[in-house]
Amino acid sequence: MEQFFIPAAVLGSFLILVVPGQMRYYFTLALILFIILVTSIPAAIQFFSPLLTTEFRPGSEFTVSLTSTNWTFKGYLGELRFTIDRLSSFFILITNFTVLTGILYSRGYLKAYANTKNPAQFALHNFSYIWLHFSMLAVLTLRDGLSFLIAWELMAVSSFMLILFEAEKRAILKTAVNYLVQMHIGFVLLLFAFLITESGTGQMSFDALPAYFSSHSNIGLFVLFFSGFAVKAGFMPFHTWLPEAHPAAPSHVSAVMSGVMIKMGIYGIFRVLTSIQSDWYTIGLVLLIISALTGILGILFSTVQKDLKKILAYSTIENIGIIGLGIGLGCIGMALHNPVIAVLGFTGSLLHVLNHSLFKSLLFYGAGSVYRATHTRNIEELGGLVHSLPRTAGLFLFGTVAICALPPLNGFISEFLLYAGFIKGLSSGNEYLSILFLLIILTLTLIGGMAIFSFSRAYGISFLGSPRKEIHVQPETITRDMILPQLLVAFIILGIGLMPMAAIAPIASLVANTFHPGPIPSNLFFTDVLNKLSLFGLLLISLVTVILLLRSRLLKNRKPEYGPTWGCGYTEGTARQQYTGASFSGNLSELAQPVLQNHEEFRPIATEDIFPKKRSLHLQTTDIFSKGLGMLTDLSWLVLKKLARLQTGNIRHYILYAFIFILLIFALLYLKLI
Amino acid sequence: MTGALLAIVSAIFFPGIILRVKSIAGGRKGPGILQPWKNIFLLFRKSSVFSTTTSFVFRLAPAVYFATICCALMLLPFPGIPSVMGFEGDFILFAYLLALGKLLFILGAMDTGSSFEGMGANREALYSMLTEPAFFILFGTLALLSGHLSMQDIFSHFQFAGEFSLITGAIAIYLLVQIAMIENSRMPVDDPKTHLELTMVHEVMILDYSGVDLALIQTGTNLKFVLYGGLIANFFMPVNTYWLSATAAVHSSPFTVQMLAVLVNALIFLVVQAVFSAAIGLMESFRARKKLAKNPQFIVTLSSIALIGFILVLLLTRNLIR
Repeated sequence: MEQFFIPAAVLGSFLILVVPGQMRYYFTLALILFIILVTSIPAAIQFFSPLLTTEFRPGSEFTVSLTSTNWTFKGYLGELRFTIDRLSSFFILITNFTVLTGILYSRGYLKAYANTKNPAQFALHNFSYIWLHFSMLAVLTLRDGLSFLIAWELMAVSSFMLILFEAEKRAILKTAVNYLVQMHIGFVLLLFAFLITESGTGQMSFDALPAYFSSHSNIGLFVLFFSGFAVKAGFMPFHTWLPEAHPAAPSHVSAVMSGVMIKMGIYGIFRVLTSIQSDWYTIGLVLLIISALTGILGILFSTVQKDLKKILAYSTIENIGIIGLGIGLGCIGMALHNPVIAVLGFTGSLLHVLNHSLFKSLLFYGAGSVYRATHTRNIEELGGLVHSLPRTAGLFLFGTVAICALPPLNGFISEFLLYAGFIKGLSSGNEYLSILFLLIILTLTLIGGMAIFSFSRAYGISFLGSPRKEIHVQPETITRDMILPQLLVAFIILGIGLMPMAAIAPIASLVANTFHPGPIPSNLFFTDVLNKLSLFGLLLISLVTVILLLRSRLLKNRKPEYGPTWGCGYTEGTARQQYTGASFSGNLSELAQPVLQNHEEFRPIATEDIFPKKRSLHLQTTDIFSKGLGMLTDLSWLVLKKLARLQTGNIRHYILYAFIFILLIFALLYLKLI
Repeated sequence: MTGALLAIVSAIFFPGIILRVKSIAGGRKGPGILQPWKNIFLLFRKSSVFSTTTSFVFRLAPAVYFATICCALMLLPFPGIPSVMGFEGDFILFAYLLALGKLLFILGAMDTGSSFEGMGANREALYSMLTEPAFFILFGTLALLSGHLSMQDIFSHFQFAGEFSLITGAIAIYLLVQIAMIENSRMPVDDPKTHLELTMVHEVMILDYSGVDLALIQTGTNLKFVLYGGLIANFFMPVNTYWLSATAAVHSSPFTVQMLAVLVNALIFLVVQAVFSAAIGLMESFRARKKLAKNPQFIVTLSSIALIGFILVLLLTRNLIR
């Protein structure tokens, strides 16, 4: 059977290019549904089966011997071997879901371009979308180094094509090229990592890693792999492509990129970690420190952005930091031979991968709808959208609560696991570890607080109040097929929030079976705690409902009065006097000035200004890492320019260079230096 | 649940005591103890005025704010009686429930489109962001010291955590009082009596609320105060599960002993709440508020004190320097 799937899918993807007009979307959707069906069934069997089989008993030793699904596809050049094991099955399910909601959302979202873009561009877009899906699935299932790298490259190229959808805008073109270049830096790092594996074991594959790690130092190769994957995942300081690329891409593409594509980096880190033999402690420390920085700086940068999608992009970096903190905690747990901490860390991290893919795609769809209806993403121009786009506003609020990790939604569950892990860890290691863990807890709380700050700003400024600028809002562009996928996502977010067991049980068993952290305590799933959490979730929702019902009952016979907002005695307030995004972030960015490097251009009214002229405030925040990267490229440009003197265009000089080179080789050989 | 019930009982006289103490310290006779609640009940009977700028967020916010505080009340520990709702790590839920209420409250304020309320919302977001680490470090310390993760167990084992419980207790009580003051927008960072909107935090955020919604918010705020008061009271309760099990073995009728112990605890709870409210009244009468620009500094100091407390506990219990 599987011999037939892959050629059929590939052939189908090329057919997209020739399918005419109206049919194209349905054809793409059908093809994606086909792929999802084909891959989700074995993945779901892998992921959920240990819970169904009799082998599963919480409290038992709990090793489920489950053979992974293998598909071997023989081509002319050799064979491709696709392996679905439990780790990849989890990521496959996430990928499939977000790709599905993305394509559903794109139908309404791309309608606006029907007049400006020609069919070929749409065809290319759908084609790239399918290939992004293919390549992500291939990344998740291929173990052989070479084919993995090819799939990795395909993923970069197809997402590059997707970002380029509005390539007529120069900024987008530049961003896309920047993205492609940075992806290749990651690619080179991965290539080196695989080459080192090959030189050590003679095999260029993930399967060769255990052999390599058992005979070599673990930390070096891990760091190399980690850096390669970190470029994709967006760990600082490798994140600079992310806040540019996400806003540039169409919203459903941003959702897929932020929701699942960057998680391929996380998958890679997990894949390498499964083979790690020693050095757990050092690896954990490295991960914890980098992730803590990523989390806190990511959310800090998001608090000062004015582009709605940039806020989301920086918050993606923050969430990657949280995921990384979980991985680091898991590694420390492995090092301490403390299965509870290890399971809490890895489970929290994987659950956060799932959660983030849900709420971030929901928020990107919301931001896309805002852009569709208002043609701007600048929150300083928005305001009062809650009246014109009530459905989008409601869903965005839902996503806001989820992403701020507040109960009763899913984000809280994964952060709760991480908190619990770190707090349990306070007393399980040595004193220095306790201090580190306490600092991480501090970081997590700060991240949580800043997330609330950032998202209350984003939501409050763009959806609430009244419009800050005369914008013609077109609510009719938000069609039902744009709302439907968001409802689907929201439903799952609420489901995980209220029934955390359903998500945590398979993930925790996946972790226990993949990492074998030692004797699992009887209460692996923290059943009683999770039951209390869902109890409180239900309690909260029912309390709010009861209060609202009582309130409306009380107000039934009273006629409310309506009037303008209380202006503290001033009756001529205008919408422009409202708090803006810049003023909201003002006091925080002042506190964080050393990191944010705000640049402000404003001349206050002086005493000699008898007739004050029109004034403007110009605020600019630069990402210090982008600045650093820019300085680096400038420097290399300078060096290269100097080196360009060698390129004289005179053939005799070139022969001289060759001669000098040969002489040099001889000299070095003679001195036994090479 | 016992903690929640007692807290609700103490909420009846809590705001009244503050007002009364403040008026006596100010040389006035002052209203009756129940006057704040009379005002709230009056509000419940009134109809509302809504700004035309507002939306469903504005109407949802008070309900969520109130509901989160009620849920958090359920988590309030009470040593001596086994907790029904508590669980391992419940203080995380406690903090995050309050944060949910705060988020909705902030959004409700921003929904009016008033620049003053935006300002208040912004300050609330910043201050709560800076306060939260102190709370978590404090409970991390207590968890480390007692070896337990649920608030009930932490407080039940607190007095038995060795001779260091006194110094830790002092730090913890200081921090909790300050956190309670900040979270409830009281004196050092905010002044509930202020008349200038520019310098308000909490009061400016509820400018546009009226009638039932305002009553909900005020009820919620009063409950939030006794919530923190209840946490503080837990440090003073001598009777805990250990003591009980020890005495139960000696005495012939463990039930009577337990009843007596619970009564003592309940009495202490109410007394601590009363003292706490009186102390707030005194503090607010004799202390000026800080300059707004100085507030972040003051709040961050709390986290530093909490950190010092943590390291102190590490030093004392684990012999960090040998």
